Parts: sequence; C-alpha cells; structure tokens
Amino acid sequence: MLIDYLPILLLGLFAVLFAGINLALTHILGPKRPNRVKLSVYESGVRPVGDARQRFTIRFDLVAMLFIIFDIEVVFLYPWAVVFKKFSETSGLFILIEMLVFIGILLLGYIYAWKKGGLTWD
Amino acid sequence: MENFPLVLIISSIVKILIVVHLLLIGVMVMIWAERRVSGWMQDRLGPNRVGPQGLLQPIADGLKFLFKEDLIPDHVDKPLYVMAPAMLLVPALVAVAVVPFGSAITVFGHEIPLQIADINIGILYILAITSLGVYGVVLGAWASNNKYSLLGGLRSSAQMISYELTLGLGIIGILMLTSSLSLRTIAVEQGAYPWQWNFLIHFPAFLAFTTAMFAETNRLPFDLAEAEQELVAGYHTEYSSMKFAMFFMAEYMNMIVGSAVTVTLFLGGWHFFGLENMGGPVWSGLISFGIFFVKTAIFLFVFIWVRWTLPRFRYDQLMNFGWKFLLPVALTSIVVTGILWITTNSRLIVGIGNVVSAFIVVSIVASLLVMKTPKPAIQDSDNRLTPSALDAIE
Repeated sequence: MLIDYLPILLLGLFAVLFAGINLALTHILGPKRPNRVKLSVYESGVRPVGDARQRFTIRFDLVAMLFIIFDIEVVFLYPWAVVFKKFSETSGLFILIEMLVFIGILLLGYIYAWKKGGLTWD
Repeated sequence: MENFPLVLIISSIVKILIVVHLLLIGVMVMIWAERRVSGWMQDRLGPNRVGPQGLLQPIADGLKFLFKEDLIPDHVDKPLYVMAPAMLLVPALVAVAVVPFGSAITVFGHEIPLQIADINIGILYILAITSLGVYGVVLGAWASNNKYSLLGGLRSSAQMISYELTLGLGIIGILMLTSSLSLRTIAVEQGAYPWQWNFLIHFPAFLAFTTAMFAETNRLPFDLAEAEQELVAGYHTEYSSMKFAMFFMAEYMNMIVGSAVTVTLFLGGWHFFGLENMGGPVWSGLISFGIFFVKTAIFLFVFIWVRWTLPRFRYDQLMNFGWKFLLPVALTSIVVTGILWITTNSRLIVGIGNVVSAFIVVSIVASLLVMKTPKPAIQDSDNRLTPSALDAIE
C-alpha cells in the first residue's frame, strides 16, 4: 500500500531539514577569519604540486564494472529467494535447477574474472 | 476507518521524533563509549572530565564543532563540497525507517507497531538507501580537490561496493527460508529461543554479512579510507566545523543502524526466551524494545572490541578478502541452503551443511591462493616491488 510509505516521506523531510539546519547553523555561528594558508590545499604542510584532478589507477574502474555485473545478478536472486519456499513444496527440483543454472553462469563469469586477474589487486 | 491516516500520521511523527532522538543520543553515547572503552582496553582513562565519567564530553564536542569556523577552501567545488555531508547524513538517518525495534504497543485502542514504516520490501529499501551513502563519500572526496581526499574517497567507494555484494548475498539464505522481504516478518518468524534464530541456520552467511558490514561502515580493520598514517583523514581531510561532525555522525549512525539490522535479521530481533510476551499490551511492547536495545548495544560493543583487536588490512588484502573469500562463501551458502532444504526440509541439516560447505570453500580458496607458485620478488617492468612481490619474499 502506498500509505505505508508516508512515514518514510516524513522521516526523509525531517532528515533533510536536520542536515540543512546543521549546515546553516554552523555557517551562521562560526567566526569568519579566513587567510591564505587556511584556504589552500592541506598536504601536511608540504607545498602542493598540481591539484587532485589527476589520473588514477584503472583498477578502481574495473572494480566498479565487476560490481555492476555481480550486483545485478544478486538483485535477480532476490525475487527467486522470496518464492523459493512456496515452490519447494510443489516443484522443488524445478526451482532448484533454475537457480543452479543461473548461479552456474554467474560462477563461470566469476572464474573467468579471477583467471584474467580481474580480482587481483597489485 | 475514516481517521486512519490521522492516527498513522500522528503516531509516525511521534515515532520519528523518538527514534531520531534515540539515534542522536546513541551517536553521542557511542562516541563517549568508543573513547572510554578504548581507554579501558589500552589501560588508560579516556575522557573523564566533562560531567560524571566524562558523559557530557560528546555534548561539549558538538557545541565546539558548531562554533568553529565554517571554512570553505578556495580550491573546492563549492556546491558539492557543501552538499556532501548532507548526502551522507540523510541516507544514514532515513535507513532506520524500516527497522522494527519492538513488537507493538496498544495506545487508546490503536495497536501501534514499534517501527516507523512496515513496508513489504524492507530489505531492498535498506540496501538501496545505505548504498546511497557512497555518493556522499565520493562526491565529498572529489569536491575537496585534495589528493588525500581523492585517494580516500576512491578507496572507500571501491571497498563499499565490493563488500556490498557479500552484504546482499548473505541475506538471501534467510529470505529463502522466510519468504518475505519485510524485516518485521523476518523478526517474527524467528522464535523466542536462541537456537531458533537465523544466525545458527546461516552461520557462514552471518559471519560474511557481519564482516561486510564492518567494511561498509569503514570501521577497523577495514578503515583504509581514512588510514591516518597514509591519508591524514581520508575523504574528510578538507572539512571543518559541523560539516566534519556530520561525516562523523553519519558514520556512527550507519554503525547503529547496521547493528540493528543484523540483530533483526540474524539474532532474533526483540525475542529473548519469551520475555517479550510478559506484561500487558503496553509493557510487552516496552520490554521487547528493551531487549532489542540491549542486543544492539552488545553488538555495538563488539564493533569497538574488534577495533582494538585486529590490525588494519593492506588494500590488496582487503580486495582479495572481499572478492575471493567472502563472495564464494556467501554464494555457496545460498546453493547449499537450496539443495538441502529441497532434499531434507530440515533447518538443522541446512545449518550443519552450511558450516561444512563453508569450511570446504574456504580451504579450497586458501589452498588456491597459497599453493600458486610465488613470483620472483622483482618482476615489474620498471623494477618496482609490488605488494604481491612483497608477499612472495615473506
């Protein structure tokens, strides 16, 4: 029922308000004494070289892609898990083999990623 | 039935106010407890000056944060920099909505469940909302335009999404035997006695889920995002005043909500030897809330305990552990639960089978990792030592 979600909406409004008030209060209450050193990049007192908009290792991108693949697979398992018990009474073998095929394909991809070194972080 | 939405609105506003305040007080107590328990474990005192036993220390800290300079450095991306703490704090607060923190209280003839919203997709909601927290971390890190922040944010986001898989897979075993995504139903389905709770039936999944939760909340031994010796403070290096405190608050709120969810899913929710059914319609609700509270508090103590027991992982170890150990264990637990439930229909056998299969999987993976031929120490084209090369030397 849609009405069940009303409290979540209220809580969401409350949370946004709380975060907003915190941000506004500290902005109003705190002193304003900026200087050049305060406003510069913090790098443990060493003079910064270049800014942070630089290239970083491709591994992070690889992890993100692997995550998307596997997470979608996990999401597909949820509806199956919810109806599992109901089906297990009438056609248990069917639902079991369905899942085993699905996880088997997932496993193939997993082993391939492992063999290719996609899961290894050096 | 005409005044139903009115009762719903009033009761939910009351519940929201109570829960949010409990959460904020919980955060304060956790900050105090963290420092006091750390002190106790390291044989020192910890903060004990402000108020009795130093109990008012978090309030003093909070006030100080509020009155500190709200500095916005020149080099940051201003809108994102200001929004990032809120983007972390709001999901942390909103996630608590579906956690059932007690059975029900009857007030003026209305039975009011002790839960802000009992929606039938509770677990999906929790997973969806908690993963939104990654945005706060990664955008705050990027907007800071600081190398420490960027590295911390990248590490944190990669770690959070890697362990989210285990988090999601660890729950599926429970869903299979409960047939519901509602957290309240899952709590009710577990009986009053500890041997009926889910953590015994799905023990490997429970361990994997708990470990993944430690990683999700960026706690030691998985706190690489803010490894002080390497990255100053990680993604919140450039933050000051209340903005910094908001990152802090969100982290502790995530811990509290995570513990509450674990208690609901695996540790029987508000059940404890039938104690929750004693007393009248009001008292039983309050007692059940008390039981839930104590269980969550014990779990939070474990968070601090683990922090001072285990050293921090190295980043490659962290990724290996998540992808090569936890993921297969969680996946096996689903397959084994499915096969054994279909063939035997017995929770006992499913429980035993889960533990045995987890042992087999862990030993297979461990032998695969250990028995692979060690690389020569220097193998890189530019003659650098890589972490795995260091492993080989050891």
